[in-house]
Amino acid sequence: MGAHRSRPISDVVYQLCITACALVIPALLVLLSAVIAWAAWPAVQVAGAELVVGVTWDVANNRFGAFPALAGTLLSSMLALVLATPLAMAVAILSSELAPQRVRTALGFFVDLLAAIPSVVYGLWGLLVVVPALRLYVMPFVSDTLQLGGLPMFSGPAYGTSVLAAGVVLAIMILPYIASVSREVLAAVPRSQREAALALGATRWEMIRDAVLPFARSGLVGGIMLGLGRALGETMAVTMVIGNRNTVPTSLFDPAYTVASLLANEFSEASGALHLSALMAVAGVLLITTLLVNALARWLVWRVQHSGART
Amino acid sequence: MRAVMAAGVLVNSASCRASEAARTDSVGRTAASRAAQVDLTGAGATFPYPLYSRWFNDYAQRTNVRINYQSIGSGGGIRQVLAHTVDFGATDVPMTDAELAEATGTIEHLPTALGAVALTYNLPGISRPLHMSGPVIADIFLGRITRWNDPALKALNPDAQLPSADILLVHRADGSGTSYILSDYLSSVSDAWAKGPGRGKDVRWPIGIGGRGNEGVAGQIKAMVGAFGYIEVVYARQNYLPVVHILNRAGNFAAPQAHEIAAAAASVTDSLSPSSDFRVSLVNASGADAYPITSFTWMLLDPDGIGRAKTRQLVDFLRWAYKDGEAAAADLGYVPLPAAAVARVSARLDALAGPPPP
Repeated sequence: MGAHRSRPISDVVYQLCITACALVIPALLVLLSAVIAWAAWPAVQVAGAELVVGVTWDVANNRFGAFPALAGTLLSSMLALVLATPLAMAVAILSSELAPQRVRTALGFFVDLLAAIPSVVYGLWGLLVVVPALRLYVMPFVSDTLQLGGLPMFSGPAYGTSVLAAGVVLAIMILPYIASVSREVLAAVPRSQREAALALGATRWEMIRDAVLPFARSGLVGGIMLGLGRALGETMAVTMVIGNRNTVPTSLFDPAYTVASLLANEFSEASGALHLSALMAVAGVLLITTLLVNALARWLVWRVQHSGART
Repeated sequence: MRAVMAAGVLVNSASCRASEAARTDSVGRTAASRAAQVDLTGAGATFPYPLYSRWFNDYAQRTNVRINYQSIGSGGGIRQVLAHTVDFGATDVPMTDAELAEATGTIEHLPTALGAVALTYNLPGISRPLHMSGPVIADIFLGRITRWNDPALKALNPDAQLPSADILLVHRADGSGTSYILSDYLSSVSDAWAKGPGRGKDVRWPIGIGGRGNEGVAGQIKAMVGAFGYIEVVYARQNYLPVVHILNRAGNFAAPQAHEIAAAAASVTDSLSPSSDFRVSLVNASGADAYPITSFTWMLLDPDGIGRAKTRQLVDFLRWAYKDGEAAAADLGYVPLPAAAVARVSARLDALAGPPPP
């Protein structure tokens, strides 16, 4: 390390400046959270737990229960995960294990391109293509032709704008995030694992299933949770296709609401102090949820990447 | 050296602004005679934005007053006027007594134009406009009338071939003055609505799906056969959407046309007390031709907050708009205030800023 003589002043100043700049980011996060908490406090005092458990959001009569919006957010995000994860895993496995290099690059390029499309374009596409397709073909097919209309999951009139439509659009939006993280995680699995499995006589598929995937499992879960974090916060695309109906959905075909849509729709016209405060409180709940999901996801991914580097 | 120059620039610009402010403060005559450029800012409702935008543009070409307007919504306009961050606000929804109590001075509500809400539907088999009455409309929005061939609708439209399909209701997902005007009307024609969802920019619609903005609602209605919903009348007219003729208090079916909308405003203005602050609702008006779902759109002024000079400039602008802005309003599809209302508002303007120069 060398003798400890005093550093030149320029070095000290440089270090201080860089540290200050780096600290701006966590400071902004803390400031954002503090502002939201401070603005939300009046509503929390008045409404308390009803904000997250109450089922009636009635501004004109001062009742603020955001449970339908929270339920809609979770349902549409979960549906998006169910639809996107198999596709993303397929892309990741193909990219890291099976495909020749050229196909790998092209596949990666196109999947990443999906992430570059603006959300409002997804929303418009969803409104003009997905919603009519659901209303005119898919929903009547499921309820009449397949005779599944009696099941609670597929009941209700075919509006088109529904939890299902939001799930489909969100699935396409989060696909590139899950796929790219999964690709990285699978690439971080050390070659020794693969070679050992093949040496023991495993087929290609058995090698992937028994040696690579279990090793990368926590990282894959992290990638999925990253996609979930993205889906939870998505606003424009969802509000255009979900139907904006502030009740708890009981069927995939029901229109529903999400927290992000609630905020986007009501914030600019909110003029009562309690209304604004309630919106901030709901925003705080969404912020905490997405921060936790994202933090957990990143930690899981980090674990795999750093354990792989050791061998 | 650089610091000194920066300080010098700051001092210089500050003193320039001070002397300019001194010049604009010595107001006595109309804006046209002042040499300095005057900038005013406003914010508020989105409904009148195309109209204001055209007016401000025309006015800036005739005078040296430049008015900048941000259409952030009525709620935003009210908030900014209360916080004194803008010179004037604009709203489709009058301020409540509670909001007025929050203000440091008196906030003047000055009507500038008329807005109305049209009810539109998607029934390909119906060629003539449907007829509905207030209680029937309220029952549809409450979910009590669920099919198009309900007896109440058939009674009002005996010649129409109404299908047996469900009524697919579409309302506004985002808070808006349009929702306020409609919920105001529904509250006045239906006790069940008044006690239930009530009136507001954001109400709890018992049934139906939500579309974002007039475009969202119109898009949903056009895409679903059997859909029914409400949109701004200017939007309905520009997009050639079928509209409902509503039974008014006088017993006539009124279409959302300029004549009927102006008739609603005229009938209410005639019965206003002289000291009214114009925070009146025009829904369910009593005129013979009145269209029942009509409303003022207001400009909000805080004369004490912005000072005499700016008040004078805004009053001059409004006088010009009432006199010379009518053609632009009609061009864009807005309904100008009827003469009786203009006379009332002009009297108020005179009280605010003194009589106009001869």
